[in-house]
Amino acid sequence: MKFTPSSPNLQSIKITGGRVIDPQSQRDEIADIYIVDGFIQHIISKHSEPNNENSADTVNIHTDITINAENKLVIPGAVDLCARLREPGQEYKGTIHSETQAAAAGGVTHLCCPPDTNPVIDSPAVAALIQERAHQSGYAHVLPIGAITRGLEGSQLSEMHALQEAGCIGVAQLRNAIKDNRVLLRCLEYAATFNLTVFFQSVDLSLQGDGIVHESFTSTRLGLPGIPRSAETVALARDLLLVEQTGVTAHFGQLSCARSIEQIAAAQQRGLPVTADVAVHQLLFNDETIDGFNSQYHVNPPFRSEIDRKALIDAIKSGVVTAITSDHQPHEIAAKSAPFSATEAGISGIETFLPMSFGLVRDGILSEQEWVACIATTPANIIKIDAGKIAESAMANLSIFDPSAQWQLTSSTLRSEGKNSPLLGKTMNGRTCATIHNGRLVFQLS
Amino acid sequence: MSLTIPPHKLQLNEHGQLKHFLTTENLSTEILTEILDTAESFSSVGQQAVKKVPLLRGKTVVNLFFEASTRTRTTFELAAKRLSADVLNINISASATSKGESLMDMLWNLEAMDSDMFIVRHQDSGAPHFIASQVCPHVAIINAGDGRHAHPTQAMLDMYTIRKHKGDFRNLKVAIIGDITHSRVARSQVHALNGLQVGEVRVIGPKTLIPHDMEHLGAKVFYNMEQGLKDVDVVIMLRLQKERMNSALLPSEHEFYRLYGLTTEKLAFAKPDAIVMHPGPINRGVEIETAVADGPQSVILKQVNYGISVRMAVLSMAMSGQSTEITTSESINGEHGA
Repeated sequence: MKFTPSSPNLQSIKITGGRVIDPQSQRDEIADIYIVDGFIQHIISKHSEPNNENSADTVNIHTDITINAENKLVIPGAVDLCARLREPGQEYKGTIHSETQAAAAGGVTHLCCPPDTNPVIDSPAVAALIQERAHQSGYAHVLPIGAITRGLEGSQLSEMHALQEAGCIGVAQLRNAIKDNRVLLRCLEYAATFNLTVFFQSVDLSLQGDGIVHESFTSTRLGLPGIPRSAETVALARDLLLVEQTGVTAHFGQLSCARSIEQIAAAQQRGLPVTADVAVHQLLFNDETIDGFNSQYHVNPPFRSEIDRKALIDAIKSGVVTAITSDHQPHEIAAKSAPFSATEAGISGIETFLPMSFGLVRDGILSEQEWVACIATTPANIIKIDAGKIAESAMANLSIFDPSAQWQLTSSTLRSEGKNSPLLGKTMNGRTCATIHNGRLVFQLS
Repeated sequence: MSLTIPPHKLQLNEHGQLKHFLTTENLSTEILTEILDTAESFSSVGQQAVKKVPLLRGKTVVNLFFEASTRTRTTFELAAKRLSADVLNINISASATSKGESLMDMLWNLEAMDSDMFIVRHQDSGAPHFIASQVCPHVAIINAGDGRHAHPTQAMLDMYTIRKHKGDFRNLKVAIIGDITHSRVARSQVHALNGLQVGEVRVIGPKTLIPHDMEHLGAKVFYNMEQGLKDVDVVIMLRLQKERMNSALLPSEHEFYRLYGLTTEKLAFAKPDAIVMHPGPINRGVEIETAVADGPQSVILKQVNYGISVRMAVLSMAMSGQSTEITTSESINGEHGA
């Protein structure tokens, strides 16, 4: 694999013969793409008329790099709404450099970084530091999410306006749920003042208790404390009612329960400004995967029943849930090498994000267009950034995905510092072959 | 990856013999019966002038207790010593190994000292499985209680007690009463009873103490003692941990005792010759009346005595299964040392 981070000179790149898919323009055709000075200069359809002024014959541009994309998909760079980079504070798990490099290898050009760094993203300085480091690394665009309360402690509002000015695309409390409803109400009102999107990961910590896996027959058998669905649904009901009261724009991340989907759908029908995503691994696994106490399946929210898993897939199909995230959480080896309940939750998932989610296309659940919409176009719209599209004169952020590539995931194929994946050793279908970020080739499979 | 092999498969070698003892779940009637028969054959060792048999001579057995225990650790120690093993007792406070890494380091150190068997008690469900699958696959691992998951030797000594007093399992009705949710003993008992093809297993307690989907695990759920104890041959009381009182699971000891405490009056709902068991230690006046605990139907003290021979059976069987596997893999791999 070859990586070419921040090269001083912008390259001219020609991508030939690929099937270009862009949900925004409904484009789905074989075309050549010319990238010059960071921007997409021409998209030339193979079916265009020979005498068209933009036909292949009339374009005469010097290109430094030519990439053959025949039999491959050329898609907008994925926009990942939840990916932990671990820096600052937990560099032993991953760094901005290592994890954005992993993002590039996974076809992700834009990612949102949750505020639970150390220090927490509750000051403009931390938000600036993360963006600066990401810019220096040059692999992907990192968009910080600010903490909605100071230190994520749930009591004092953060300086949300300053965070917004420092580049935060929204605010969140993550799973350190605010216990005091009045504080939450004030947080939402204040965020609404500045049109800040609030990212929710709804959880009722008292109902979660000491739970570690989905409360089910499996948890009973294994003697692992269970997390009932109500830990999510009760909190979600509260959060939705307060969203309704304040009119704040809200995005609900990493939902795990069928009942949560029903609540989101009902809120959308009432006209609330509410969107939702699911973590890609929730679409693949259910609670029975933890049978062998395999800590690689330890995630939070936990894998729930097969009924819930199917409801999440249906929600994507029906459009109640419009985004899929990697929920990338790299860990050092020791974090997973312990008895199940002593391990840390999370999967290093940014490099398997595209092949895992592409399974929905292979299974006939989504079209290629719908898949790209879920991983790139809609997430970009949710965070109101100009990305997730392939269009002439747009910034060139795209990837080339080979849907028929078969490869084996191993510790050494993962670029992420986190080797924690339940898919290690398994055969993956579909692979990112190249990624272009801001007009530069930042990843190419050798 | 061995990591994904569930405990009930991981504990058997290629010949289907025990090489670890992690759980009673999905064990065949044959293996469960073999454990009881082997225990029977060891039952006279305690009455001999020299209370030893040489089955584990030259073997090093390490008692690794991450959670406090007196009775279980003592009976394991006695069992290992009666099998002529060298026994090392290590008590580790949970704080010393709060990081998985140091737990692994400690285990590797013990393995490097040529230990043959670890008897493990740990507060985390699955800890013995983790050690057997990830850390020390060539050391026989005996589960002496892990979190809420399993306490298989306790369950087997209970099975031994039941067989001693009731004979055939197939026509018996057995009721387990109290805090099922937090009980590894109850889970292992339910699996063992079903493996031995018992007539019916019941659990009795308030909904706060009965875990999710208990029927699926193989036990009928009752919330009322009169209904639950009707026609029962074996009554197993569980210890109620005092700390449960402070966690909104129960209103008071008094109300629990009134509803689920085993009194002479409630015991009368069971068959007249029903036996009363308890894994100990007993909370008199909380889950069981003194008159019942010390009464003619109680076999509680006998359970303790049976515990030694049952543990001798499990230790000798696992050591033998482990040696068989090592011998087999050596003969396949050639001239590697042990």
